[in-house]
Amino acid sequence: MRTKLQNWMLLLSSAALLALPSASSAQLSTFDIETRIGMESHVGNVNGHAKDAKGDYRRYCVGCHGDLGDGNGENAVWMPPPMYQQPRDFQLGVFKCRSTPTGTLPTDQDLFDSITRGFDRSNMPPWNTFTKQERADLVAWVKHFSPRWLNEKPGTPITIPPEPEVTPERIKAGRDVFAKVQCWKCHGVQGMANGPSASTLTDDLGRPIAAFNFTDGSRPKCGDTDQDIYRIFMTGLDGTPMPSFADNIKPDEAWDLVFYLRTFMHQKSKEKEMAKTLGLKPVDPNAPVGQQ
Amino acid sequence: MHASSRFHLRNFFQPATSLAAVALVVISVVLSCSQPASALPAFARKYGLRCSACHESWPMLNYFGQKFKDNGYQLMNDRDAPIWQNPGYWPVTFRITPIWHRVSVGKVAVDTYSTIGGVPTVTGTAIQRVESSGFDLSGLDFHTAGTLEKNISFYLLPSSDPTGAFHFEQVFVRLDNIAHSSWLNIKLGRFELDNLLSEKRILTLTGNGGIYQTYHFIPVGDGNIFGQIGDNQLGLEYLGHSADDRTRIGASLVSSNDGNVNLTLGANSYTGFFTGSQAFDLGRMGVQRVGFYAMVGQAATYYPTAGGVPIAGSGIGNKSFSREGFVGQFYFGPHVDLTVVTQHGSDNAWFGQGYGNAVGTDGNGGTTATCSSPTPGCPLNNVPGTALPTGSQAPSWNGATFEGHYVYSPQLIFIGRYELERMSQQADGSAYTTVGPNGILGPTPSTFGNISTYTIGFRYNPFMTSRAGLAWHNEYNWLHQDGTGPLNPTTGALTNINTSELLMGLDFDF
Repeated sequence: MRTKLQNWMLLLSSAALLALPSASSAQLSTFDIETRIGMESHVGNVNGHAKDAKGDYRRYCVGCHGDLGDGNGENAVWMPPPMYQQPRDFQLGVFKCRSTPTGTLPTDQDLFDSITRGFDRSNMPPWNTFTKQERADLVAWVKHFSPRWLNEKPGTPITIPPEPEVTPERIKAGRDVFAKVQCWKCHGVQGMANGPSASTLTDDLGRPIAAFNFTDGSRPKCGDTDQDIYRIFMTGLDGTPMPSFADNIKPDEAWDLVFYLRTFMHQKSKEKEMAKTLGLKPVDPNAPVGQQ
Repeated sequence: MHASSRFHLRNFFQPATSLAAVALVVISVVLSCSQPASALPAFARKYGLRCSACHESWPMLNYFGQKFKDNGYQLMNDRDAPIWQNPGYWPVTFRITPIWHRVSVGKVAVDTYSTIGGVPTVTGTAIQRVESSGFDLSGLDFHTAGTLEKNISFYLLPSSDPTGAFHFEQVFVRLDNIAHSSWLNIKLGRFELDNLLSEKRILTLTGNGGIYQTYHFIPVGDGNIFGQIGDNQLGLEYLGHSADDRTRIGASLVSSNDGNVNLTLGANSYTGFFTGSQAFDLGRMGVQRVGFYAMVGQAATYYPTAGGVPIAGSGIGNKSFSREGFVGQFYFGPHVDLTVVTQHGSDNAWFGQGYGNAVGTDGNGGTTATCSSPTPGCPLNNVPGTALPTGSQAPSWNGATFEGHYVYSPQLIFIGRYELERMSQQADGSAYTTVGPNGILGPTPSTFGNISTYTIGFRYNPFMTSRAGLAWHNEYNWLHQDGTGPLNPTTGALTNINTSELLMGLDFDF
């Protein structure tokens, strides 16, 4: 009888041991992540569910973003900044690529687009191999790591006015905006990421971060259409030194700046051709405001 | 009697409960020690991704891994060029598998002995099963692959057999995304044809289960070794794909020499291989893909001789052959998938009569001899004046492969496969009156050479990181072929052959 009891005790303890990994994960968490497993996302007509993304997250994402979504996956240590960017800490609920004003949560569509597009110059590839449903599920999964989504709603996407026609005058005006808001301080007067502040940049967590180099063929992190570039400096890249200029630049000026930034870029463009015809020179940091 | 029975039952029950408990403990410890699931570790190390990101279970690619490969082993993250890597990084991975296996060949003709005058003397033949088992090794692969520069990728794979004899299994340079278009990629070298169900990434390791029969099927006695789409080939490949890899098209021009180097076979014979596929988004079911492939080629049947010996690389008298079929990859949610490959194959009648490869290589590192008369497995030379026997016809067949997986987790996968190859027309037709290259007098029975085989197994990865891979591999294969066993010594009738293999091993790479 005693032997039988011992055997059953052994069985029970084994079953308890089986349950140990999930229990220990919960204890390690500073947030009650599991309680948010019911998180949903809504992308177009697709509804995503966090609980359905667990497998994909474990297969594809956990090596960088970590079990707890804190960006401390096993490979994070091998992505030294500023050459690489550290994996996003989802628990903070702070995201670079948004259509929403600075300081607000991104929309589900923003997160969906980020997963689909990936991030150039990082180890985050485009995950456009997933079905829309799988990506929507992953959006919900990303959200479930942060309590911000329990208490806040995403911001309202900014309005991007129709893109005007590019003209030489607009490009010159864009150069004035570039000088006025001092983009050159980080990005350099020729967009080569060598401005006087470039070497001092850190992100919100104090990690070194590089300014975007417009000239080396890289694609802007949050998309490379004109609308994407407009959105980047009107919403800012939260968590980085790149602020929002929504309060400093009028929409028309923002388009001028987009056209001017295109003149730096590696790819052929009519903006580049116009700048060449104009003989446009880089901004002079020492010139008085409005006298470029 | 009862007391005795109860005693035995109780003593039986106690160890059984203990065993169950111990098993549970072992499983518990294994599962709790398991790290979240990691394959070419050289790529994993480069990009910091676990194996599971690119592999359904290594070495088999998943959709993301296929896209990574189609992009030239690039994530397309502007950090693909080697200039971005630590100078000490060298993209090398080795893979080898120590195994235990048991091979059973169902029918082997063995000599029977009698003692005559005190001396053991062969007095006849009997058919019996031959079994062997023991510890063994697989071959060794040294993969080196990656990028030479952004959008210029390479692969070099020196590979050995279990004795350590090396050859170059795969060598190529690929120009990727030419003119910034994912639709324009060119590869030159020795490479695997663009098979959606890749044999080089097969999840099974036994002798017959470690290849796809559908990719290698040749009618018995047929001399055409050139249509084996499972073998790496020497040539040029074009591949184009959409940005998300939903649409893929490919075309290869390869020498008709089954990947053998030094131009030992045909003087001017080439084969074309064409593929196309389209994937569809089916929500939580996953991405489904359907496609086709077609191989159309010509290969030599006549090798001019010098002193009666065929001259290597001189093959002319090209005859045609073809393989074509459909491919489907279907996912039924995150755990279950099924891949189906069909094939219709056809060889010119000359190949069917044993002409083709007459210069002493079987395309897989082995050798064959040139024969003066039809002998199974011994190709002939179509010298001037040669005529086909009456009743010769083009052999053709149909085949299919069904491979399913149950992916419990990235660390544990169960594999099941069924393949069937069915002759639809034998090379020796109804008017055939002589002994054919398959060793049969007169017309060949319609089912002769048909193959059925199944393979089951599982692979368990106790850990997965982006640094190395280890899989505990277990597999069983059974293969049946009609008519190719030794002749019945009593009746002279054809016999079928059944072989099986049980294999267990530790498959590792680093």
